[in-house]
Amino acid sequence: MADLKPKPFESAKLMKKIMADHFLEADAASKDPTRRVAWCTSVGPAELLHALGFVVYFPENHAAMLGATRQATDYIPAANAIGYSPDICSYLTADIGAFLKGKTPLQDAYKLEGVPRPDVLVYNTNQCRDVKDWFSWYGRHWGVPVLGVESFRGVGAVTHEHIDSIAGQLRAITPQLEAIAGRKLDIDRFREVVRESRETSRLWRETLETATHRPSPLTFFDGTIHMGPAVVLRGLPVANEYYRALLGELSARIEKGVAAVDGERHRLYWDGMPVWGRLREMAVQFLGLRTCVVASTYCSSWIFDALDPAEPFESMARAYTELFIVRDDEYKQRYIRRMCEQFHCDGIIWHDAKTCPNNSNNRYGMPERLAKELGIPFVSFNGDLNDLRCISDEQVRTQFEAFVEQLGG
Amino acid sequence: MSGPLYAGVDVGSAATKTVLIDADGRRQARDVRRSGADLVAAAAASLEAALRAAGAERSRVARLFATGFGRSVVAGADETRTEIACHARGAWQHARRAITVLDVGGQDNKVIELAADGRQLGFRMNRKCAAGTGAFLEEIAHRLAVEPGELERLARAAARRDVRIGSYCTVFAATEVLSRIREGASLPELAYAAFESVAQRVLETGRVAAESDVVLTGGVAEHCPILAEILGGKLGRTPIVPPEAQSVGALGAALFAWESRSAGGTGAGA
Repeated sequence: MADLKPKPFESAKLMKKIMADHFLEADAASKDPTRRVAWCTSVGPAELLHALGFVVYFPENHAAMLGATRQATDYIPAANAIGYSPDICSYLTADIGAFLKGKTPLQDAYKLEGVPRPDVLVYNTNQCRDVKDWFSWYGRHWGVPVLGVESFRGVGAVTHEHIDSIAGQLRAITPQLEAIAGRKLDIDRFREVVRESRETSRLWRETLETATHRPSPLTFFDGTIHMGPAVVLRGLPVANEYYRALLGELSARIEKGVAAVDGERHRLYWDGMPVWGRLREMAVQFLGLRTCVVASTYCSSWIFDALDPAEPFESMARAYTELFIVRDDEYKQRYIRRMCEQFHCDGIIWHDAKTCPNNSNNRYGMPERLAKELGIPFVSFNGDLNDLRCISDEQVRTQFEAFVEQLGG
Repeated sequence: MSGPLYAGVDVGSAATKTVLIDADGRRQARDVRRSGADLVAAAAASLEAALRAAGAERSRVARLFATGFGRSVVAGADETRTEIACHARGAWQHARRAITVLDVGGQDNKVIELAADGRQLGFRMNRKCAAGTGAFLEEIAHRLAVEPGELERLARAAARRDVRIGSYCTVFAATEVLSRIREGASLPELAYAAFESVAQRVLETGRVAAESDVVLTGGVAEHCPILAEILGGKLGRTPIVPPEAQSVGALGAALFAWESRSAGGTGAGA
């Protein structure tokens, strides 16, 4: 198993370049008095910010980098020590902890001094309340405005009332954003960004859906890396160029029958957050088990079918409210069921992330209900997205292995 | 005696176990010892001791399967299986019907559901904390300044059986013990409360199907029969405790080795 390696993608080089360009641009903008930087939550109103000319930086992406580079657990205690509990979002605690220590993976990767200083922080609580607390800390630290949208939770059917409220909140923060940006919102530019964002979303969906093929050309672990541009560059043409390149590579794999996992025997669905500090170990373990984790709630959460340039505010409101994470459990159960059927999954892995209750969907009996409904087994494991103090590697490894044994060796 | 032997070596966090079975699948010998810090040495010593007990040379071992958290370090293993699969296999060997296996190990506990034909339907493991495991009992024994082996005898002498240690966390449970002492609980009552706590934590791990029999495995099951009694009281039916319950996982590994014999040769030294 020591020799197993995930198959690399040629287009990863392009991703590396466009991500580097993104961080270098954000850094340059933060030092340029004529430009403005906005920090934005992962499913915050990025389209609106781009349309207003902000360079948009995503702290959740930064926190995931801290996790993936295994630095998060070193910095989380610094945030714990100033009163941010080890039980709350470990993106928040890792990011603030790293900031307190004057550290960021951007230093090693791009030789930057630090994270780009924001002119405004813009959140959407659709991910959780923690993003607002997180941004509020930086807002106090730098004395810059913190604006945002308060999303609904436990949404069943998405109604006009939901859309009107969210679109209204987006409209309400626009004059403040215009004042910070020093320009009025150009509706044509806004429509253009929404059109590009819609295209990013379409291409990202197409990318993920290549995994419906047997054997799958893509794993969930690949997806967590390749989703970077869909998160931080959506709405920009460069993201779409990237996904066209990646899709070309995936199509070639399908044509040639190249599997992401050689000898693919089982196909699994992953619900919940990735364990950023263990992506490679887990990817390699599943290669050894000849099991492909083909689909996930997480990677699919950056598909925004509703975006429509004809109605930028309303369609953003709809896209952000149709999101899995803000829906009720009936919707979530139907969604996962549909995904398991579409991707031909033999089983489900549920990640119960200690510090991410909003993204841990196993806590109210859903695994048991879905197992009965779909007739496929599941395994739930305790872990965390970033805080490696919350994970027992040996136990998780054994659970994955035992699950595959149960599926049939 | 001659003929091939099939070995299962279970390197657990607390104890290393070996079971040898013969070509007819009959148990020939076993060994149980502490795993300690050198797992490679523990596995080798355990196999050697089991072979000695069987009066056999190493060359008679036709197939060796390793299990347990140290399964990857067992020298000469033909294959590995998880301890979940092995406990399931070993437990089913005794029951041969639909069962729920409750395994109380040194560092973890497991609830495994098996169909009538032995197929594994699902499993759950405890959360990261040691509550509900052998390690918890060792910690409580330490806190009470008694040997772990004395807990069973003490618990049976408890005048009251309603003293409770409720915490999920072993460290918190230890401070709970101090509270109970202040409230006047006796040593035997605290020992009983420790077993009651293990039983409760195990039953919280996963559902025990109402229609299935329960098989209790692991070192605590073998050495502390009171655990089965307490679980029986909570479940409304007495769990089956197989003989040599501590080495059921090793037996399962040996059975897997035996079942693989057509694939891997059946003769001595194969």
